[in-house]
Amino acid sequence: MTLARVDRRQRRSPARPGAAGLDDRKGLPALRRRQGRRSRLTALAFVAPLLAYLTAFYVYPLYRNLDLSLRDYTVRSFVAGDAPFSGLDNFRTVLDDPTFGPAMRHTMVFTLVSIVFQYAAGLALAVFFNRHFRLAPTLRALFLIPWLLPLIVSASTWSWMLNSESGVVNYALHLAGVAPVDWLTSPHWALTSVIIANIWIGIPFNLVILYSGLQNIPGELYEAASLDGASAWQQFRHITFPLLRPVSAITLLLGLVYTLKVFDLIWIMTKGGPGGASSTLATWSYQLGFGTLLPKFGPGAAVGNILILIALAFGLLYIRVQRRQEA
Amino acid sequence: MRNARRTLIAALAVIGTLASATACGGGSNSLHSSGASGKTYTFWDPYPQFDASSAWAKLVTKCGTEAGVKIKRTGMDTSDLGNKALLAAQQGNAPDVMLVDNPVVSTLVEAGILNQTAALGLKTGSIQKNIIDAGTTVDGASYGVPIGANTLALYYNKKVLSAAHVDPASIKDWASLTAALKKVKAAGKKGITFSAINTEEGSFQFLPWFWGAGADLTRLNSSKAVAALSLWKQWVDAGYAPKDVLQNTQTTSWQEFATGQYAFSENGTWQLGNADKAGFGYGVISIPARNGGSAPVPTGGEFVTVPVQKDTGRYEVSKKIVTCLTSDANLLPTDTTLAYVGPTAVVQAEQVKRNPKLKPWVAAVASARGRTSGGLGTKYPTISQSMWTAVQDALSGGKSPRAALDAAQKAAAKGDG
Repeated sequence: MTLARVDRRQRRSPARPGAAGLDDRKGLPALRRRQGRRSRLTALAFVAPLLAYLTAFYVYPLYRNLDLSLRDYTVRSFVAGDAPFSGLDNFRTVLDDPTFGPAMRHTMVFTLVSIVFQYAAGLALAVFFNRHFRLAPTLRALFLIPWLLPLIVSASTWSWMLNSESGVVNYALHLAGVAPVDWLTSPHWALTSVIIANIWIGIPFNLVILYSGLQNIPGELYEAASLDGASAWQQFRHITFPLLRPVSAITLLLGLVYTLKVFDLIWIMTKGGPGGASSTLATWSYQLGFGTLLPKFGPGAAVGNILILIALAFGLLYIRVQRRQEA
Repeated sequence: MRNARRTLIAALAVIGTLASATACGGGSNSLHSSGASGKTYTFWDPYPQFDASSAWAKLVTKCGTEAGVKIKRTGMDTSDLGNKALLAAQQGNAPDVMLVDNPVVSTLVEAGILNQTAALGLKTGSIQKNIIDAGTTVDGASYGVPIGANTLALYYNKKVLSAAHVDPASIKDWASLTAALKKVKAAGKKGITFSAINTEEGSFQFLPWFWGAGADLTRLNSSKAVAALSLWKQWVDAGYAPKDVLQNTQTTSWQEFATGQYAFSENGTWQLGNADKAGFGYGVISIPARNGGSAPVPTGGEFVTVPVQKDTGRYEVSKKIVTCLTSDANLLPTDTTLAYVGPTAVVQAEQVKRNPKLKPWVAAVASARGRTSGGLGTKYPTISQSMWTAVQDALSGGKSPRAALDAAQKAAAKGDG
């Protein structure tokens, strides 16, 4: 930095005509320097709030989490703060745990199935509402409700609806002559149930983003296509879908990161049960850290870090895709 | 001019940042310094349902005033309290006096953040032994004074039982209870509700059956334990108990019973107030053991503890506050409000005199066992988690009771080592 400044001064000084007074020649660089330092300080001062914010709310918690996962914490050493460094022991414990395999599998199934259905339903609804029929704005607003509700409300409502004894879903099945299903209390259905609830919650997000993407597709293209005699499906297949690709990519990748970390919905509906049938990495991490009377902070933090790594991988993928789109 | 303004804004930004940073850091300091001045004492309890106008909050304030200090009371959810206490102790600002659920005591002792009652000079001689044992460690030292105790029994709906021609007095063991459930179901009503949720509540509710079969927490896969789990599974499979017991907390289980459709509910002392409001005649019997007699039930209820402080001079006042809260005169209204059974014979006698309905509960508390007693201490949380997972696996049909408990024993033993 200093070098660059000296450089600039030297380059500029000779360019100044000698007519300038001695005072001026001496005073100007000093003033410049002072101004330069001042503007740099000003710049730093403007950045300071952001840096402090990032450090306090992102860097420090991440560092603490990493630290927790690399030390052998017991309740005693947690309080005393003298937990011995244990390297990757916590990660080994977690990977060897019989819960890890199913939790990983559930996380993947939960995320992928949720994303696919959320996207498909969101896209279908977006195309549907793009036709500008009467009541379309009203209906579209209604579809946003899942997004507006606090998650604890929607999750509890789903939990009541799917209750195996008195739930409205089983009642409807009963009216249709179908045997009741143990939605949340059977190991075969619990994961499916939380996925269904999560899809419902995620559709508005997809709908809104994809709908705004559709607004940017010029209407002339459709006009031209219809003049050429393209069917509705052909229009979708050859105009809508390709032109929506950038928006789709972002929707999918954001959805992926959001869904990966879903915790509250599952915790409220099943607490990962019955017997771990719907536990994901997020609920397992919470279970380890806070779910019992004796917290296991180390392994809990390790699971959290694994989850962060997976999210980071998708985040990097997102940045790459975005860059390629910009290029 | 423009420059000066920019500098001013920048300076403001820096000052703002610094100010907020010091505000963050200062939070714990201010708490501590106000405490060090000896005027304000912090007090935590797991009764967020009681606000400042409640009898409990007033009693806490009164005990502070008598000890010459002001008490800052914070009520928080019972499941949060343990973790919050650990965090506070780590930051060096643990509360002066804290009420915690009895199985949490051993965890906090393990963390080294509680004072022994004997070291503080607190007198606990009048307290029923099995109640104080729930907060006692292996070496026989106790770390808190129980504020009261509660436990589990079977509530029954008189109308449902008489319609099914079941005499509650005939229920002496598991076989007669199952036979009663069968009759109730045949009469078109529902059998029993309990909570088999995958939290500590599920273990708390399963323990009377587990201990009633003669099983021991150190061996989760004994044939006696399998018998207890098979009993529950048999009820769920036969439809005597609803499948949603897997999701029921003790509160939602009670709500099912309160519909008037169920014959029995395994529930706690604290539901007595709600039982009177339920709108149907009810009775209470103790939970039968496998081969007759009452099953041992787990002790519930909170302990008043004094967390470790840097400034040991504070203990003198803390001791006064604890003594005040746990005096017989003050325990009586507290335990009446909480619908708990008093921890001392004097309080129990007075409670029964005022409300004869408490009699079976006093008997049940007398035969209750601490979950962390018998040398289990901090091993209990791991065992408990394995146990509730096994209950869930078996009742949901994921595993047989035998296989579920084998896996539980393996997990508990692993967590141990």
